[in-house]
Amino acid sequence: MYETNFHSVSSPQEAEAILATATDAKILAGGQTLIPTMKQRLAAPSDVIDLSRAEGLRGVTITKRKVMGVIKADGGETVTIGAMTTHAEVAANAELAEVFPAMCRLAGNIGDPAVRHRGTIGGSVANNDPAADYPAALLALAATIHTNKREIAASDYFQGMFETALQEGEIITAVSFQAPAAGGYGKFPNPASRYAMAGVFVARSKDGAVRVAVTGAGENGVFRHAGLEAALTADYSANAVDGVEVSAEGLMSDLHGTAAYRANLIKVMAKRALA
Amino acid sequence: MKIAMTVNGKSVSRDVPDNTLLVEYIRDHLRLTGTHVGCDTSQCGACVVHVDGRAMKSCTMLAASASGAQVTTVEGLATSKDELHPMQVAFKENHGLQCGFCTPGMIMTATDMVARYQGQGKELTEEAIRHELEGNICRCTGYHNIVKSIVDGASKMTTA
Amino acid sequence: MSEGIGARVLRKEDKRFITGKGRYTDDIIEANQAYAAFVRSPHAHARIVSVDASAALAMEGVETVLMGPELVADGIGNIICGWGVTSKDGSPMNMGAWSALATEKVRYVGDAVAIVVADSKALAKSAAEAVVVEYEELPVVVGSVEALAEGAPQLHENAPGNLIFDWEIGDLAPTDAALASAAHVTEMDITNNRLAPNPMEPRSAIATFNEAEDHYTLYTTSQNPHVARLVLSAFYNVAPEHKLRVIAPDVGGGFGSKIYIYPEEIACLWAAMKCGRSVKWTSDRTEAFLTDAHGRDHVSTAKIGFDKDGKIVGLKVNTKANLGAYMSLFSSAVPTYLYATLLSGQYDIANIYCDVQAVYTNTVPVDAYRGAGRPEACYLIERLMETAAREMGVDPAALRAKNFVKSFPHQTPVIMAYDSGDFDANLKQAQEAADVAGFAARKAEAASRGKLRGLGYSNYIEACGIAPSAAVGSLGAGVGLWESAEVRVNPVGTIEILTGSHSHGQGHETTFAQIVAERFDLPTENIQIVHGDTDKVQFGMGTYGSRSGAVGMSAIVKAMDKVEAKVKKIAAHVLEAGEDDIVIEGGAVKVAGTDKQMLWHEVGLAAYTAHNIPEGMEPGLKESAFYDPTNFTFPAGCYICEVEVDPETGVTEVVQFVASDDFGTIINPMIVEGQVHGGIAQGIGQAMLENVVYDEMGQQLSASYMDYTMPRADDLPNYSVHHASTVCPGNPLGMKGCGEAGAIGSPPAVINAITDAIGNNNLAMPATPAAVWAALQDVQSKIAAE
Repeated sequence: MYETNFHSVSSPQEAEAILATATDAKILAGGQTLIPTMKQRLAAPSDVIDLSRAEGLRGVTITKRKVMGVIKADGGETVTIGAMTTHAEVAANAELAEVFPAMCRLAGNIGDPAVRHRGTIGGSVANNDPAADYPAALLALAATIHTNKREIAASDYFQGMFETALQEGEIITAVSFQAPAAGGYGKFPNPASRYAMAGVFVARSKDGAVRVAVTGAGENGVFRHAGLEAALTADYSANAVDGVEVSAEGLMSDLHGTAAYRANLIKVMAKRALA
Repeated sequence: MKIAMTVNGKSVSRDVPDNTLLVEYIRDHLRLTGTHVGCDTSQCGACVVHVDGRAMKSCTMLAASASGAQVTTVEGLATSKDELHPMQVAFKENHGLQCGFCTPGMIMTATDMVARYQGQGKELTEEAIRHELEGNICRCTGYHNIVKSIVDGASKMTTA
Repeated sequence: MSEGIGARVLRKEDKRFITGKGRYTDDIIEANQAYAAFVRSPHAHARIVSVDASAALAMEGVETVLMGPELVADGIGNIICGWGVTSKDGSPMNMGAWSALATEKVRYVGDAVAIVVADSKALAKSAAEAVVVEYEELPVVVGSVEALAEGAPQLHENAPGNLIFDWEIGDLAPTDAALASAAHVTEMDITNNRLAPNPMEPRSAIATFNEAEDHYTLYTTSQNPHVARLVLSAFYNVAPEHKLRVIAPDVGGGFGSKIYIYPEEIACLWAAMKCGRSVKWTSDRTEAFLTDAHGRDHVSTAKIGFDKDGKIVGLKVNTKANLGAYMSLFSSAVPTYLYATLLSGQYDIANIYCDVQAVYTNTVPVDAYRGAGRPEACYLIERLMETAAREMGVDPAALRAKNFVKSFPHQTPVIMAYDSGDFDANLKQAQEAADVAGFAARKAEAASRGKLRGLGYSNYIEACGIAPSAAVGSLGAGVGLWESAEVRVNPVGTIEILTGSHSHGQGHETTFAQIVAERFDLPTENIQIVHGDTDKVQFGMGTYGSRSGAVGMSAIVKAMDKVEAKVKKIAAHVLEAGEDDIVIEGGAVKVAGTDKQMLWHEVGLAAYTAHNIPEGMEPGLKESAFYDPTNFTFPAGCYICEVEVDPETGVTEVVQFVASDDFGTIINPMIVEGQVHGGIAQGIGQAMLENVVYDEMGQQLSASYMDYTMPRADDLPNYSVHHASTVCPGNPLGMKGCGEAGAIGSPPAVINAITDAIGNNNLAMPATPAAVWAALQDVQSKIAAE
């Protein structure tokens, strides 16, 4: 690893100040991607700013809807997840499990237990790895990415592999979304890396709109699949997926599988997301 | 920079470069060499230690980020010098190791998973153990006896 | 005796490993130690135009940057292959020059160009990056078939057409005639995929030069420290043998990849002398993929013929073996004497012919990896047998049984003379354990869940304990493959066993102690195994080829024979009895049928005080032996794999894996089962997960765990391991060897099972989900076309 200057900050504002003055500072969230990248000398930030002790960036809050004083977990609740919330914390959050368990399951299958103890949702979203799981969820849930400067719609935020709408000095503080009426995630892990080779997140919002986002398979990162969305809007069932033609065009081919194989996986994972 | 933390119950402090990894702090500066490095991509798990009670990959964390933390390595797992941790006993009794290189990370991952499952009142099945071992690679045992060791270690940890 | 032969004694070595107190090479720090990093070629094939190290040398804390021309000028010899193989036409093999640091050309990505020594590891890496090498890129070839084609890029001047040798075994004309007369011929193209061994401990070395004593010490991750010292001294001229101590402390797995002496160890020793500091180098995982010798990589075509009764009449094989950019230490033996000599499998085949072209390519050198040639032979013959049975519409187990060798010794047409075995017994035991009779019902049940179930056999035989030395010498080996041992009984009666075998996971400290415990009826805690240090152990050939039991332990037995004789002489003298009446039992040396005895430690003390020993007897109680076996040993067995395939994704689950092995005498069943488990895991890894992939430019696409699929816990089943043994007549303990069997026997069982499940025999290793899915698509499009 190249030399770097370490900073631990107590607030995003403090981090912002360092970002503004350092030559090439990077935010360190869980570090599960940044540290390996630095170890392999593929990144050489002048400074790293550790957010793990910053206040107010951690935890899941749910604004529940109550009907006659009883919590109704039927969609529409606002879920806000602090950027520094670890995958393990999301996976184990009982309240989230009540309103949208699919999100807990997704988090519980990112990386391995040690990675989940350290890796964060903010770090994952900021990195936008083309095979990461959270981008598919947030895109399908029409989530909002909150930064120290503004709020960004997921559809504007994810801009191709490792590309995001984040500007210089901008730090993710949280993500939020409305719990859907129904939804789930089907993930086919790459046999070696265990990242998604095809991960399909399906969400049907309370107003009936279905969004389907695919990670791991596209040549340019996470994307929405119009064909699957149309079919599932008409008929929210695995049968509807069978009738959809998933084209291999624009999908990745590598030593783990062809684009045609990934196209097949998208269909199968879409079905499993509904199960 | 000066980095202080508690390792295996002992307060330690060392002046190290900012880019020092936790595993380098443990191995090179504290000379606790039971924690190993087997890959560059955070996948093999030979480096797993507990930071504030949770399993983490010490090769994928800066020492500075663990400043002030309670760190446990395989050397500090047993409660005393003369006694082995039940999971260590289980690995020996079930032949859960051959070359021994992945073993410290396996044992640290195993104790973490058992503590979590027992804490949440969940059953730690063989299938769950195999899934929980996703971040630990062993090239010698074919995992058969590691899984057996963890099943046995879990029951020993309950009764301990 | 609870700790003797056959007891499941818990391992003596475990305590240090489970408490983090193991001592691996990278755990060791020498005083004033410097760190090495290597400047490596980013190109698979290029001419070195210039190297400019000035920027690196200008960095504070950089000790030195050393390069190939200086290494050559200092008289450091080229890296050699220690087994000469002769071509069909009688010409010797064409070995290209391999300098530890490249001089004019680089021939694979990762080829070392310079060693950089600095105060810290990070600084050494930064300085290595600062070395500017100008390359003139040359055309690249990565596959063996392509490398043999006309007009292919040439790697070494003295190997025209990239051909290292064109070797043959068996008789061509009778084999052709037998195949021509056959009632049925099965013909296949069979590829054995390239693997990276991946012991979890990366290679590491610390070299120290003591100028005052003109003496070198090398700590290294070696399976055979004495061989390392011999080669470093005799061929690489690093230091004379008596001025070089090689220590292989705890070693974290080897699987073959730590047999060889690599450029890094040579360069570290040389650099330690040049800069007067200890020099340490530890590989990272990516460097391991780029520089540790790979395994397998065969491309073969094979024909097997049967008469109308299903008896094999002939087998003809052509194999192209990719040896990479240079010839590694035993690389030539792997695709020849360790491979084609096992092509007869468990079968009585009168006519076999095989020819092998060994080829240079712009890839990492290929050498022995767990099994070394035998997995390739087993995969070939067992895929052929399964395929032939399917083509002829007969039961694959019955076809095998019909052709089994049933009487021993059995001379094959390809050198090997099988000494013992009972292949029917292994088959029957495996079939029962696997409940083959219930398979049809299980298949139907799986089908009701939309899953495809398949079952596959593999009836393997392999050869361990390569020997005797004179025979392997006549086949081209540059070394003798015996083993040495020394048994030291101390004056207090405790025993140290010094062995030339090396343990890097095999549990020698326990198993070796057990045979001593058995012989002298002592607890294993009184017995210490010493290995891995050329200053302590006189000599040894190390551990590979499953030789430590059959050869290493036999040497201990021979030394114990001498100790026992002396003990009996001393006791007979002291107790005034005849030597023949002396028995050793229960911690004492007794006169049979009387109450006269000496305690074991009293005999030790008597030997060392020498106050009362037979006249003319030398004092002391220490004996050594060199044991040279009379033949190979032949472990064999039957493996049955059952899989379930998800047709939607191609994901294959191994739902059952049964092994019935014949390892001869088993000393510690717990350890033997562990060896089988690990071997099967590596075999399933080869069959379903692992693959080294190069692109056309010679870049390794699979050079990290992000792309090279290491078998993980959730990829693998529990294994059902059984033994049906016949005693090996060739060594005193009757042992055969168990270290490689799992890796040798399992791949064909897996592929035979998957191809059975999916109904398409055209499936190569590794059978990844994508590959299995594609094979299923082929079946469906064929059905659609019909």
